Amino acid sequence: MLCDVCKCNDATVFLTQILEGKMQKVNLCDACSKEKGVQDPTGFALADLLLGIGAAEEIEKGAPSQKCPVCGFTQADFKKTGRLGCSACYLTFAEGLGSLLKAMHKGTEHVGKIPLRASREIELGDRRRTLTQDLEKAVAEENYEGAAALRDQLKQLEHEKAV
Amino acid sequence: MKFSNIMATGGEWLRGEGPHHQIVISSRVRLARNLRQRAFPGHAKKAERMQILELIKPRVEELPEMQDSFSELLQDLSALEKQVLVERHLISREHAAKGVGSAIIMNRRQTLSIMVNEEDHLRMQSIRSGLQLKSAFKLVDKVDSTLEGKLDFAYDARLGYLTACPTNVGTGMRASAMLHLPGLVLSEMINQVIQAVNKIGLAVRGLYGEGTEAMGNLFQISNQTTLGEKEEEIVARLSKVIETIIEKEHDARQMLIQKKPNTLWDQIGRAYGVLTFAHAMSSKEALNLLSIIKLGVDLGAFPEDRRLPIDELFIDTQPAHLQKSTQQKLNAEERDHLRAQIIRERLRVFPKPDISKVARESENGSAPEPHNNE
Repeated sequence: MLCDVCKCNDATVFLTQILEGKMQKVNLCDACSKEKGVQDPTGFALADLLLGIGAAEEIEKGAPSQKCPVCGFTQADFKKTGRLGCSACYLTFAEGLGSLLKAMHKGTEHVGKIPLRASREIELGDRRRTLTQDLEKAVAEENYEGAAALRDQLKQLEHEKAV
Repeated sequence: MKFSNIMATGGEWLRGEGPHHQIVISSRVRLARNLRQRAFPGHAKKAERMQILELIKPRVEELPEMQDSFSELLQDLSALEKQVLVERHLISREHAAKGVGSAIIMNRRQTLSIMVNEEDHLRMQSIRSGLQLKSAFKLVDKVDSTLEGKLDFAYDARLGYLTACPTNVGTGMRASAMLHLPGLVLSEMINQVIQAVNKIGLAVRGLYGEGTEAMGNLFQISNQTTLGEKEEEIVARLSKVIETIIEKEHDARQMLIQKKPNTLWDQIGRAYGVLTFAHAMSSKEALNLLSIIKLGVDLGAFPEDRRLPIDELFIDTQPAHLQKSTQQKLNAEERDHLRAQIIRERLRVFPKPDISKVARESENGSAPEPHNNE
C-alpha cells in the first residue's frame, strides 16, 4: 500500500482519526508520518480505541438497514459505542464482525473452555447426526427392522435433550 | 458483611505475601459472561437490567465462595465508598459510575469480586497477592463452572463466550499483574520493556487500567487478545513474560547499585526527606516517593519489618481511603495536608536509610542475584 501523501513510498503507519464525527483512515510512509508528527509510539497504546473505530467501519460492510431481531441493535449503535447489543448480534452482524475479530485476536475460533451444557449439546448433536445417517442408510437398504430401532433411539435422544 | 468491615480489613492481596511479592503487587484474572438472548447492560433498558440483576444476584450470593459476603446494589453505595472499592481494585472505574440495575458481591477475604451489569452481565474477578495468576484463574474458573449450571450463558461453538465488546469474545478472560518497576524506570529501560511486551500481544497500562497514567512506578501487564488461545495458555504465557520482567527489574537494580549508586542513594534520601517532613502532598507525589522507599526496603536500606507500613501507605493515601478514614469530605488542599500528616506520623518511627547495609548485602550476595539476560 502506498503512502497517501507522497504516493511513492510504501505506507508503514496507518492512522485512523475521527474528525467532526467522521472517521478517516490515512496511510503514511515513514518519512511523511514523521513530517506530520504522527509517529507517536504511545498512540499504539490506544489499540483498543483504534480497533473500536475500525470496527465501526468493518460492520458497515453488511446491509445498511440491518437490525438485530433480538435486541433491536443497529450498525449506527455499534458505530457510536463500539459495543454490541446482545449475544445474538454476533450472528446478525457476523459478516462484518468476521474480519474485525481476525484483526483483533490471535485466532478466529474459540479453543478454550466449553460450558458443560454446550459440550452436552454438541455431544447430543453428534449422536443425532450419526443416527440420522444410519437411519437413512437403513431405509435405502430396505432394512425396516433396523430403521425402526434407529428411529426409537432418535426419539429417546430428543427426549434426553428436552430434559 | 458491612462496608466498615471492608475498610477495617486490608484484604488478602494488600498484605503482600505471594511469590515474587517484592515486585509483583497482585495478580488478577477476570472472566466476562453474559446471559443468552438478553440485551447487554449498555443496551438494556433500566427494567431489563433490573430483571437480569434479579436473575443473577441470588445465584452469586449462594455460591459457597460467597459465604459471609459483601453484597450491595450500586445505588446504595456513596460515591466515596465506590471510590474506595476502585482504589482496592475490587470494582472497575466503569462499574463505579453505574447506579440502578448494577451490583457488587465480594467475599470477606477480598479475593473474589463479582460485578453484575458492568459492561457485561457478569464480570467475575479473582485477585491474589504476588505472582499467582494460575491460582487466581483456578478460583474464578471454579466459580464460573458453578454458575454455568444455574445461568444460561451466551456461548457460541465457534466464537466462545459472547461479550458486549468484541475485544473480549472467546475466553472472556483478562489476566493481569500489577508490577512495581522502579529499577527499570530509574535506569530508563522501561520504555524498551513496554515496547517488547506490546510486540508480543500483551498490554501495559497504568495503575487503574485502560487509559490511566503510570504512577508510583506501577504497571499493569495483561493479555490483549481473548480468541484463539486457551485460558491456561494465556495464563502461562503471561506468567512467563512477567518472570522475565522480574529478572530485568533485578538486573536494573543491580546495575543501579553498581554503576549509579549516587543517583540511587540520592533518590532514596530525597524520598525519605520529603515524606518525613512535608506538610502537603498530592497522591501522585506520595505514590512516586513511596515507590522509592519501597525500593529502599527491597534493597535493604530500610529494615524488612518496615515493608508493611509502606505497602499500607500506598493504599491509605489514595484520595477516597483518606476521606473515608476521617469520615468527612475534604477538598484537594485539605486532602494533601492530611496525606502528608498521615505519612509523617507513620514515618516517625522509621529509621534513616542505611546505605552501608545495601553495599554489604550486594557484596556477600544476599541481595537478589543478577540474572543472565538470555
